[in-house]
Amino acid sequence: MELEHACQCAQINEEELYPKLEELIEQHKGKPTELIMALHKAQNLFGYLPKKAQEIISERLNVPMSTVCGVISFYSFFSTVPKGRHSIRVCLGTACYVRGSQHTLERVEKELNIKVGGTTEDRRFSLDVVRCIGACGLAPAMLVDNDVYGRVKSTKIMDILKNYE
Amino acid sequence: MIRVKINNIDVEIKEGTTILEAAKKVGFNIPTLCHHPDLKPKGSCGICVVEVEGMPTLKRACMTEVVNGWKIHTNTPLVRTTRKTILELILSEHDMDCPTCIKNNKCELQSLATTLGINDLKFKKEGKEKKKIDDSSVAIVRNPNKCILCGRCVQVCEEIQTVNALTVSQRGFDTIITDAFDVGLGNSVCVNCGQCTVFCPVGALYEKSNIDKVWMAINDPDKHVVVQEAPAVRAMLGEEFGMEPGTLVVGKMYAALRRLGFDAVFDTNFTADLTILEEGTEIVTRIKEGGKLPIITSCSPGWVKFMETFFPHLGEYLSTAKSPQQMFGALSKTYYAELKGIPPEKIVSVSIMPCTAKKFECSRPEMKDSGFKDVDYVLTTREIARMMREAGIDLKEMPEESADDPMGQYTGAGTIFGATGGVMEAALRSAYFLVTGRELQDVDILAVRGMEGIKEAEIDIDGLKLKVAVAHGLGNARRLLDKVTEQLQKEGKSEYHAIEIMACPGGCVGGGGQPWGSDMARRARRGETLYKEDKTLPYRRSHENPSIKLVYERYLGKPNSEKAHHLLHTHYYKRSKIDGKVISEH
Repeated sequence: MELEHACQCAQINEEELYPKLEELIEQHKGKPTELIMALHKAQNLFGYLPKKAQEIISERLNVPMSTVCGVISFYSFFSTVPKGRHSIRVCLGTACYVRGSQHTLERVEKELNIKVGGTTEDRRFSLDVVRCIGACGLAPAMLVDNDVYGRVKSTKIMDILKNYE
Repeated sequence: MIRVKINNIDVEIKEGTTILEAAKKVGFNIPTLCHHPDLKPKGSCGICVVEVEGMPTLKRACMTEVVNGWKIHTNTPLVRTTRKTILELILSEHDMDCPTCIKNNKCELQSLATTLGINDLKFKKEGKEKKKIDDSSVAIVRNPNKCILCGRCVQVCEEIQTVNALTVSQRGFDTIITDAFDVGLGNSVCVNCGQCTVFCPVGALYEKSNIDKVWMAINDPDKHVVVQEAPAVRAMLGEEFGMEPGTLVVGKMYAALRRLGFDAVFDTNFTADLTILEEGTEIVTRIKEGGKLPIITSCSPGWVKFMETFFPHLGEYLSTAKSPQQMFGALSKTYYAELKGIPPEKIVSVSIMPCTAKKFECSRPEMKDSGFKDVDYVLTTREIARMMREAGIDLKEMPEESADDPMGQYTGAGTIFGATGGVMEAALRSAYFLVTGRELQDVDILAVRGMEGIKEAEIDIDGLKLKVAVAHGLGNARRLLDKVTEQLQKEGKSEYHAIEIMACPGGCVGGGGQPWGSDMARRARRGETLYKEDKTLPYRRSHENPSIKLVYERYLGKPNSEKAHHLLHTHYYKRSKIDGKVISEH
């Protein structure tokens, strides 16, 4: 996750990261059962899973391309679209949900003009939902990067987000 | 042996028997949907649930092995309601325009709804968005709106064929069966074998139809439409008209095709014999002159694309001979056109195939050696049956007729091409003659027949011990070729001289264009039919076919001549394992 935040540049030069990817997945070569670990490393490296990285993993681990795609699509942690510099995660766990986090989510979507899973055009924010972050006492809760915000009122959202450039 | 009670009836059965099999033994049919006799049971649909006394939950009959002393009930109120609810939920997600569905009256979901007495839709989903139909492939169409996510197609593509073109993607309500990157089967590693279309219980996977184009050609007075039929079609077409599996309908098939309006009715079996002369000569030359061995057959287009994608290093081992379909196409617009004085641009060459991959094969850009598209349209067995029904032709009532000259005569060696091992057997019958100048006396080479996944045989040709192997189904082909690859890498040569590969389990009689609802047992019966026909034919060796002798005399010169090479041989590509696209030429 650190790499995702370390880079302040919206235009990461992905090409330069591929030698690093090869290095990271070296130990998983020819081991189809280690697919998820390899994908995890790639996602941390790029911030998402570019098509080319998926192809390299398919080839090196000897996992069919279709299987790689299927696995990526199954787990919500994996993303095939580039992520923003800051990640917003709105909790839709039971406690948050009954305290109105759906409204928080809708407000974020409206304000940033993106849907869940999407990234703003300037790559400043990406939006995801999570199921319970263990902050039920603070419901409705929201994460921005690693910062937890509790009792989030939809009117206060833009005040919170303006702290993240 | 163990004892159980099923619906209060005592049954004694072998350990390891499933509830489904045990119930069948005492006359109770448990309904199934995702289950298929040729696939490993996985219990994804839940239709086959039954009650077992003392068990807290219902058991799935297809995958639960019976335990000694169990008291099983297959028809209780709970079982009936559960099955109905499951089916009603599946139907709530299903596109139910049955009368216009390609599977209408042959759909397993439809007949299950009848069996379970569903006469009302309890769950209705309003405003359901239609998913995109994938028609990117020249061979196979995938309609996700009909898909019930039983997973049979993924299973056959993964486990039996090891192509892995299809996968389960997304989750929950969004779950969809698709290809890598969801870009369509035409942009994937799919080899067009069409086994998914044979295993799909509903109308979610089927061949891309050429029926309209063929009707148009037939009705165009300016066109001369010729037709060829693959060996396997004569052993399966009858099933489409309610005849017993394995009924040989060759004479009736010719009659029906004439009545449909084809101008000349020929036979792919003729060019199957021609393939043997070309390929047999190639085998003998390679053995004599130290060429690449083992020589591997090239008539199965699903296999050819599979090789290009997953075994590109074996490209130069493949016979360069085209498949019988493509040899026929090239000759129809050259040899036949010249003989009859018909301009080749007026000839429309149609083929009837048990195969979906043939649609891809005829669209390959290099298949234009006649100067035109050698084969214009490929129809599967299912499609030609649809055309016959539409035209009011009942195959059963047809008289026995013969094929036309000069491309209709065939030998027993040509007809057994349709069954696994048949090409190898036919090749050996002629190779023996080509090497020794004498005829092989016992032409029945039983070791290469049958449904065993990989078969081996050794034939003594005047002291030359020819070792051959036969594989059908691409998973079996992969196993055999992994072994061959290892031998080539380690020892520089393989133990085999010649290998036959067919993409589909059972060979062409088990092709992706066969009648719906087929299983391995049915494929085997069709194969036996072809071997029976072989025995009844006046000529059983390809080189004895008078029409073949004539085509060499009149037109091609001799096997592997320059003209033969130009019209009857081809080359292969290397393809990407990511999307099946051509990377380079061999």
